[in-house]
Amino acid sequence: MIRFVLNGKEMQLDTPPDRRVVDLLREDLGLTGTKEGCGAGECGACTILVDGESRLSCLMLAAQLQGRSITTIEGLRQGTETGLHPLQEAFVECGAVQCGFCSPGMVLAAAHLLERNPDPSRMEIRAGLSGNLCRCTGYVKIVDAVEAAARKTENKPEETAPKDATP
Amino acid sequence: MKKVLLPRTLCELWRHWQDEPGAAIYAGGTDLLVQMRNAAVHPPALICLERIAELRGIETEGDGIRIGACATHAQLLESALVQQRLPILAQALAVLGSPPIRNMGTIGGNICTASPAGDTLPPLYALDAEVELCRRDGVKHMALQDFIVSPGQTRIDKGEVLTAIWVPKAEGYNLQHYEKAGQRQALAVSIASLAALLRLSAAGLVEKVRLAWGSVGPTIVTCPAAEEALVGKRLTLETLQQAAALVRQSVTPISDVRADAAYRRALAGNLLLRLLAVPR
Ligand SMILES: Cc1cc2nc3c(=O)[nH]c(=O)nc-3n(C[C@H](O)[C@H](O)[C@H](O)COP(=O)(O)OP(=O)(O)OC[C@H]3O[C@@H](n4cnc5c(N)ncnc54)[C@H](O)[C@@H]3O)c2cc1C
Ligand code: FES
Ligand code: FES
Repeated sequence: MIRFVLNGKEMQLDTPPDRRVVDLLREDLGLTGTKEGCGAGECGACTILVDGESRLSCLMLAAQLQGRSITTIEGLRQGTETGLHPLQEAFVECGAVQCGFCSPGMVLAAAHLLERNPDPSRMEIRAGLSGNLCRCTGYVKIVDAVEAAARKTENKPEETAPKDATP
Repeated sequence: MKKVLLPRTLCELWRHWQDEPGAAIYAGGTDLLVQMRNAAVHPPALICLERIAELRGIETEGDGIRIGACATHAQLLESALVQQRLPILAQALAVLGSPPIRNMGTIGGNICTASPAGDTLPPLYALDAEVELCRRDGVKHMALQDFIVSPGQTRIDKGEVLTAIWVPKAEGYNLQHYEKAGQRQALAVSIASLAALLRLSAAGLVEKVRLAWGSVGPTIVTCPAAEEALVGKRLTLETLQQAAALVRQSVTPISDVRADAAYRRALAGNLLLRLLAVPR
């Protein structure tokens, strides 16, 4: 029996311990937002967050989920008013999505990046997303979107509000 | 269905191994799970080392630094100790794989995979690193150069686990440079790589130098003749070209999908010339 937290929900699953996490998510739990491109660590389409860190679900076995907290693209937006994470909004606004196959992985990799570096340069964004391949967009709009999301998060009203402006 | 065991201590590991003597061990799985997918290996059971706390820390020990075998590349990159005391290792880790590969992959896995393209290996050879191997009833230490035998082959015995890598105090190297030539910048297996550690005097003369190349032989290649050719000299194009000629003679590259042998041989020398471009 494997126990872990999936997108904020406690899970208890009876699953073969050697099942790949990507198969568990997509086939057993129906969370098809996580994609499988290469199955070998090269493309990043299967990226998930494990305790807030980006990992590849094609190179992880179910047993390794024990006690961890997992976020997939389906869970990223939870708790936001619009139903979309600022990164997802920015991807839509900047036209950073074409076929969309790479998008879930890109967004989660970008979430990992912004968590650690809230104000990255374009070079840092490119490096942060260098494990994620996109065969459609040419990457420019994806980098634009991550930049825009970083700005959005920075200008959040509650952070810029002059509530600290008292002497 | 295979068993996948997650020991939390070395004690538990020995117990699991006794119950499942054929089990393969893995840490990040970025090499082993790919090999299993390619049906290159078929272990009857798996033991994942990622939760064994004893295999994780990065700390000073004696004059040197002890790195737990299951420290991930990302943890090493974030470590102040690595950034300050082992900048050449940090340079190599920064170009290893991609962010998620660095979050998962470990230094111990990189060593035990024993690929001539393994990015941590040239720096660790140049730094004279040692490995610490544990089995149920003992520990032994070995120079990394002796531990790695050939591609995919190490001197690890059945029932042994790599617990740590020990890096001795570096000898005041004031020029540290790792460069990897690959087909692209991220996620690229190197065509050739060079780790160079130099101590230059105030007058700019080479006092001490260690050089180690990746991907130009069955294991990491060192070249004492090239090192000797540089000692006492100033780093000029001419002296580096002399050393580069010696390097090209001593490498034994292969041709593969990434590059042919002649290109690798030329590149091994040219990487040395790049030392001129390192800001000092
Ligand atoms: C897409 C992709 C890109 C990559 N790019 C690079 C790159 O640029 N440069 C590079 O050098 N490598 C690269 N690699 C290879 C790999 O990520 C690294 O070698 C990594 O360091 C392996 O660590 P791991 O913990 O994942 O190894 P694992 O897969 O867990 O283990 C690898 C081998 O080592 C053994 N092992 C692991 N830990 C121990 C231990 N403590 N004691 C005894 N045996 C042990 C295992 O039994 C197995 O045989 C890449 C891999 C992928 C999938
Ligand atoms: S499917 Fe996992 S990295 Fe490509
Ligand atoms: S949008 Fe098609 S792969 Fe990125």
